[in-house]
Amino acid sequence: MAITNNRLTAEQYEQNFSDIHPPFETKDAALVEANRCLFCYDAPCTKSCPTSINVPKFIKQITTDNMKGSALTILSANIMGGGCSKVCPVEKLCEGACVFNLMDEEAIPIAKLQRYATEKAIAEKWPLFNRKPSNGKRVAVVGAGPAGLSCAHALSREGVDVTVFEKESKGGGLMTYGIAAYKVTPEFCEDEVNFILSVGGIEIKYNQELGKNISLEQLQKEYDAVYLGFGVGIARQLDIAGEELSGVTDAIGFIYDIRTKGYSSVPVGDKVAVIGMGMTAIDAATQAKRLGAKEVTLVYRRTQDEMPCTEEELNIAKLDGCEIIWLASPKQITGSNGKATHLECNIMQLGEPDASGRRTPIQTNETITLEVDMVIKAAGQMPYNDLISSNHLSNSGGKLSIDRSSTNIEGVFAGGDCVNGGKEVVDAVQAGKDGAVAILSFFTQRR
Amino acid sequence: MADISANFLGIKSPNPFWLASAPPTDKKINVLRAFEAGWGGVVWKTLGSQVKNVSSRYSAVDFNGTRVMGFNNIELISDRPLHLNLKEIEECIKLFPDRAMIVSLMADNDRNSWHELIKKTEDTGAHGLELNFGCPHGMTERGMGAAVGQDPEIARMVVEWVIEKATIPVITKLTPNVHSPVPTGKACVEAGTNALSLINTIQSVTGIDLDSLVPNPNVGGKSVFGGYCGPAVKPIALKMLTNISQNETTKKVPISGIGGVSTWKDAVEFMLLGASNVQVCTAVMKHGFRIIEDMCDGLNNWMDEKGYQKIEDFIGASVNNITHWEDLDINFHHIAKINQDKCIHCGLCYIVCEDASHQSINLDYGNPYNTYTIKEKECVGCNLCQLVCPVNDCITMEEHRVAPEYLNWKDYQRLGLPLNDH
Repeated sequence: MAITNNRLTAEQYEQNFSDIHPPFETKDAALVEANRCLFCYDAPCTKSCPTSINVPKFIKQITTDNMKGSALTILSANIMGGGCSKVCPVEKLCEGACVFNLMDEEAIPIAKLQRYATEKAIAEKWPLFNRKPSNGKRVAVVGAGPAGLSCAHALSREGVDVTVFEKESKGGGLMTYGIAAYKVTPEFCEDEVNFILSVGGIEIKYNQELGKNISLEQLQKEYDAVYLGFGVGIARQLDIAGEELSGVTDAIGFIYDIRTKGYSSVPVGDKVAVIGMGMTAIDAATQAKRLGAKEVTLVYRRTQDEMPCTEEELNIAKLDGCEIIWLASPKQITGSNGKATHLECNIMQLGEPDASGRRTPIQTNETITLEVDMVIKAAGQMPYNDLISSNHLSNSGGKLSIDRSSTNIEGVFAGGDCVNGGKEVVDAVQAGKDGAVAILSFFTQRR
Repeated sequence: MADISANFLGIKSPNPFWLASAPPTDKKINVLRAFEAGWGGVVWKTLGSQVKNVSSRYSAVDFNGTRVMGFNNIELISDRPLHLNLKEIEECIKLFPDRAMIVSLMADNDRNSWHELIKKTEDTGAHGLELNFGCPHGMTERGMGAAVGQDPEIARMVVEWVIEKATIPVITKLTPNVHSPVPTGKACVEAGTNALSLINTIQSVTGIDLDSLVPNPNVGGKSVFGGYCGPAVKPIALKMLTNISQNETTKKVPISGIGGVSTWKDAVEFMLLGASNVQVCTAVMKHGFRIIEDMCDGLNNWMDEKGYQKIEDFIGASVNNITHWEDLDINFHHIAKINQDKCIHCGLCYIVCEDASHQSINLDYGNPYNTYTIKEKECVGCNLCQLVCPVNDCITMEEHRVAPEYLNWKDYQRLGLPLNDH
């Protein structure tokens, strides 16, 4: 057993990481599905989209050959509508609400149609948006992830000059660094960021981290308002013995490596255990398998009824051959010569529902031990607590507290994962839009 | 099993489905394939003076992704040599003696030409003639086709020439490119035609290419009005058929129904409004001859279900159900009802009622599904919500009579009852 990279041939990597939801091959294929859409009024799909994309309208526009209009319908509601079409858990959002589900018919493939409607516009940088002339206002945005970019775009359209400070060397945030490569490629993410910037009036300063290269105080001084969209970053620790052993890593770092270093450079074990059952856990498990791990086991302390990932995601893991152990909670990791060799878990049972309504797992006396050489922790992410407290940002358990996007500090606004603790890309995009509205109204009130 | 055989003017066929005079019936090879597939009869594509066709010839109207909701052609009558057509007609009759062979004719506008053409056609052993008084393009410029059918007196004259000569049944095919088909139909019946058929195609422009700006079909950068047919024209055909079925003169002769018949259901509708048989073209041009299987089968099953033994049992059964507006029962009233168990919350009923009808549907906001209910007091019973609802039997129209007795508009006025109550 060993953790090694370069386990597969170039062709195998290519195949394993190819698009899991391929686009429509032809216009005709898209039209068959677009024409099925009933064009609902006050449509459930639109109401189930956090950014309220007018889904029936953009689908209707596909059927009338109004591709420019269709792209604009999507992107004016959600500037990352292209990326969201690839990464959104649509089965619990728009497609899950499609009225065809109530007829026991296949839902309209909204995501696939949305991709069809936006792909060209993004790749060819169609000039869909006109920026108003500069109004002299300057806003600093911290984080070039979905929240930050969405806020920046919305502000820039209104004539605000925006500077985005990004700690990484590329924009897109978790879209670029934190999602399975078979859902969205780094190249697409780059195209999407470039499309957003093509409206003008937005400058991104890369490798600039709040608290290191720049301070909030400085930004407040130099800009008329600040928008914080720095997300959550640090992987939640398991706080069990053996966590320091070699071979124990976290999903965020693992996925970051896959997306930045190239598939063949990322080492993976023979026997991999992934702790957690959220989207990130699934992305880590499936990609470990696709990198060539022999056995991948997802370990979750509750049951399928409580899992945070969607059934569709779970099915991807199952189809990739990942094993799943329900009702098992990591107890300790043991090893030899400093390398992890075993993961011991407590067997759990479900107790009473907790505050969130999910039944709480209770430890039993039994344990189970897995032979492992790699343990990937995907039990959620921790907020940037130091950053938050040193800047006196009021928060609740590390999630920034906001009132209509405004933090407790005047002129400082926030949204996205740093406020909600880690939700979907589409939620962050909406938070960015809300932030822009709040900032614009802040400017109006101060005038 | 019901008996679906038909007898039209003594011309027998195993089913009431004939192929209309058109491209599927202009050659032996097609006609034999049609007979093999099971078609009851054909009307051979129009014979007449020699013509030259152009390219392209057809165009269509698609609707929401469905091809050929309506179809349009600028083709002329048969462009094959007359002697070849006649020879092939004779051969087809010999190979399939149990099928109806009608030959469509359009001679030059003089008595001799018609007599000559009739003689040659009858020599093939054909069972009947159909006079093409309907073709709306190409031939009209030469005073033929619709140019004849649009003028009752010219039509009367030509029918008289034909009847002088013909020894086999004569069907006159009427054009819909008139205010009403009755004047020409009446003139033809008075002149002695044995039957009528309708409708021929409707003059049309099906669309324009938004890049070249040339309408369809494009013949080297120009287009002309074509003849429109297919499912889109069925309602117009049924209306004109009813005019003929209800007129005292024209209803005396059998009618062959034409215009957008694609399924057995369409055929039954034509027959209920007085057609003794139907002719089909566009559906075959879209799908091929094989559609005849379901047409026969479906008709048979429907007749069994309804207890009809032979087609005459229901031909014309709906003719008297189309009346004058002033004879409609004003006391009849029905109100929409939404079955909440079937509703899929698409909101289509709500938005059409709100924007285009009588604001009679309540919207109770829900996330993501709204609940829609009928405001019974406001509903005028227009059917619009039911028509747009994508779920069968989700919206039903429930009868709520205003009063038990029949009351028509004439009596309503006479009694001075209130107007403008909505």
